[in-house]
Amino acid sequence: MPSADSRLRVRKQDAVVQVEFIDRNILDEANIQLISDEIFRIIDQEAAPKLLISFANVDHLSSAALGALISINNKVRNKNGQLRLASIDPQIYEVFVITRLNKLFQIHESAEDALKSFA
Amino acid sequence: MSNPRPSNPSQPPMSGSVVVRHNRAEVEAIQNALDSAMSHAGYSKASLFAVRLAFQEAIANAFNHGHKTLPDDTPANVEFAVNAQTVTIAIEDQGPGFQSETVADCTLDENLEIPRGRGVMLIRNYMTDVRYNAKGNRIEMVYRKPSPSA
Repeated sequence: MPSADSRLRVRKQDAVVQVEFIDRNILDEANIQLISDEIFRIIDQEAAPKLLISFANVDHLSSAALGALISINNKVRNKNGQLRLASIDPQIYEVFVITRLNKLFQIHESAEDALKSFA
Repeated sequence: MSNPRPSNPSQPPMSGSVVVRHNRAEVEAIQNALDSAMSHAGYSKASLFAVRLAFQEAIANAFNHGHKTLPDDTPANVEFAVNAQTVTIAIEDQGPGFQSETVADCTLDENLEIPRGRGVMLIRNYMTDVRYNAKGNRIEMVYRKPSPSA
């Protein structure tokens, strides 16, 4: 369960763990490490994790945050799980396009669309 | 922020030279000064996003890579200047320097899943002109305001 100083909002619905960020800016390496550790713990608790990460509140993210997402994706895949990203602001989506990470991640316009995509 | 002081007290400083330590509050103070100066000079939200991203990546590189083997309180120097056409930022760390061309191309299929190495390419994508000194411990980057028709 998220702790009192969690940087995430987490809820589980129909076997899908939905994660939202509390911070609008995901830039600071120390903060990113905390977020990453917290999501890693969620993945550890699931047999074959179905994880949806929503960026609805996020205005900025750094390459360190992209790196954390890649590590999360690798960990989910190693457990035969599924990761979806959703609700990414167009300016941030452009960062995914520039880095070609839109090819690596399954990105959906809304959390609702992403939920429908889980096998 | 340091010199020069604005002639109009309501105007944010449009340039400065600041010593900054690896401390989120100090970095945010410079970021906020840049945001204020750019807003005052009529830059768009997209321009603020671009410069914020480049500044954050460059300052992270200075501390996390440049100062990797140095004491955590080793300061870096940030200079910035904002006018109606351009935003210029220079960041100099006290590290041994690096050669930016040695960073692997993270957009190649075989490198897509490597978690690191995207900062420099993002800076190059969002800024108009990016240069390093010969030692590789100082980055100078310029953002040019897009023309209204762009």
